[in-house]
Amino acid sequence: MWELIKSNQRKSIFLFLGMAITLVLLGYFIGSTFSPDGGGLFGVSIAIIIWTVLSIISLTAGSSLILSISKAQEVTPAVHQQLFNIVEEMKIASNLPAMPKVYIINTEAMNAFATGKNPSNSAVAVTAGLLSKLNRDELQGVIAHEISHILNRDTRFITYAAVMLGSIVIISQIFLRGMFYSGSGRRYGSKSKGGGQAQIIFLVIAILFAILAPIMARLLYFALSRKREYLADASAARLTRYPEGLASALEKISECTDELPSANKVTAAMYIANPLKKKGMKLSDLTSTHPPISERIKILRGMMHGVNYSDYQKAFSTIKRSSSQIIPASGLSDNSAIPLRESSEQLKEQQSAIDEKRKMGNIMMAVNNYSLLTCICGLKIKIPPAFGTNKPEIICPKCGNINKLELAGRI
Amino acid sequence: MTFIIVLLIAIVLLIIFAISIYNSLVGLRNQVKNAWSQIDVQLKRRHDLIPNLIETVKGYMNHERATLENITNARSKAVSAQGVSEKAKAEAQLTEAMGKFNLVVENYPDLKANQNFLALQEELTSTENKISFSRQNYNDQVLFFNNKIQMFPSNIVANSFNFKQEVFFEVEDKAERAVPKVSFS
Repeated sequence: MWELIKSNQRKSIFLFLGMAITLVLLGYFIGSTFSPDGGGLFGVSIAIIIWTVLSIISLTAGSSLILSISKAQEVTPAVHQQLFNIVEEMKIASNLPAMPKVYIINTEAMNAFATGKNPSNSAVAVTAGLLSKLNRDELQGVIAHEISHILNRDTRFITYAAVMLGSIVIISQIFLRGMFYSGSGRRYGSKSKGGGQAQIIFLVIAILFAILAPIMARLLYFALSRKREYLADASAARLTRYPEGLASALEKISECTDELPSANKVTAAMYIANPLKKKGMKLSDLTSTHPPISERIKILRGMMHGVNYSDYQKAFSTIKRSSSQIIPASGLSDNSAIPLRESSEQLKEQQSAIDEKRKMGNIMMAVNNYSLLTCICGLKIKIPPAFGTNKPEIICPKCGNINKLELAGRI
Repeated sequence: MTFIIVLLIAIVLLIIFAISIYNSLVGLRNQVKNAWSQIDVQLKRRHDLIPNLIETVKGYMNHERATLENITNARSKAVSAQGVSEKAKAEAQLTEAMGKFNLVVENYPDLKANQNFLALQEELTSTENKISFSRQNYNDQVLFFNNKIQMFPSNIVANSFNFKQEVFFEVEDKAERAVPKVSFS
């Protein structure tokens, strides 16, 4: 497990570094417009100080900030016992050191997210719509997905990245507005005539960069969050031993048209499904925070033989027809077959429905003088009364063994 | 001279590396132990819930005396059971009795509409889930620990400090694995 978390972090670190470099360059260019020599470094340090301060704030108050932006309310077990039970079940299955706090967002939209700086201080939030429309197995799948985010340290990582994105946006906004209001050209022209050439070049680069940096940072941020959804899905399947639960929950979520008003472009990356989706919009583009939901469902349903990480990777490769590694190699080294669990509710219903049909069928056949022959492979062959007139034996359709018809008895 | 210094640094680094492996092995072994005790906690929860359940359904299920007695007996056996194998056997019996009870409940629409009973049934379902998830977690922890013991280079440390592989929890009794089925014949 630890190896998996570490290599997951190593992979994301490149995207994260991309954002960091954008931030540093932004600081450098803006600094240089004020003074070509030394100003760049000054700008970089200002940018880093802003990021550090925001990071410290977000680590101490980040979770509660995100929860309050999303209008989530903390609830007690008395409000929704089943939700608490499911969270505790997943806490046990994932070996989380402490029970996450449970929040409910009072809206008809269907969504959920997790937050927290480490596994001992975490929270999961679900919407009221999710609670009312999902059955127990589906809710379990969703909670398992969220707990996987906490377990894989995605919540902390995405908080850092969100803060970095925020810093970049803030710095470029301040710079661009400052330029606009102060009428920069006049100021630079009057101050220094000699070094003006270099400063104007820096100024142009800085303005361009201030416009482009937030866009670049956003794309990197979205790529970062897309990657992590697959791994959380795979972990959820492994934790619940029942990928169909999450698959059918995602299906219901994708059919739901209610929008989540409290989500914005930055917090969107934290939800189980993109809360800002428009009906019919293609979600596989660069600005999407999540992989297409239909693909996630297909992959989960493609896990036919087991629920280990290697099974998820196999299903992913078959469905996406790509060989890209979505689960880090260390997660695939453990190849032990973990069988699927069967649904608690559906199984009972299905079994009794099958038994009922079989019982009715048997009655009908007995009335019509069918005879029954049990083959050595265990198959029960029901033979119509007219069958034995021209042939003395019957070939079993399952194992090919030849059975004598005279052995057949009444149903 | 430089050669000796390099050698010393290499040895010190190796020792630090070995210590960190040793510590992580101890940590993993404790995780396994902790996971095992979690199973016991959940089993005890189930024992505590059953008297409540019987008390709630008694009035509704006069015709199901045998089923209820079955559960009560299985519970008292499970509570007093000593030793791992006897415990596992008693718990399997209790699970089977509960499975039968859940099927019988389908015949009592009044009972299924009772709020008290519904809350209890959710508690029981959840406890059954918690039992199986805590077993699953135990097996996961055993898997991590055993992998670490077998893999290079941690296997060297594990062998020299005599770390033994832990045993997986298998449900021996078929009855506990199979969902109880009703036969119509």
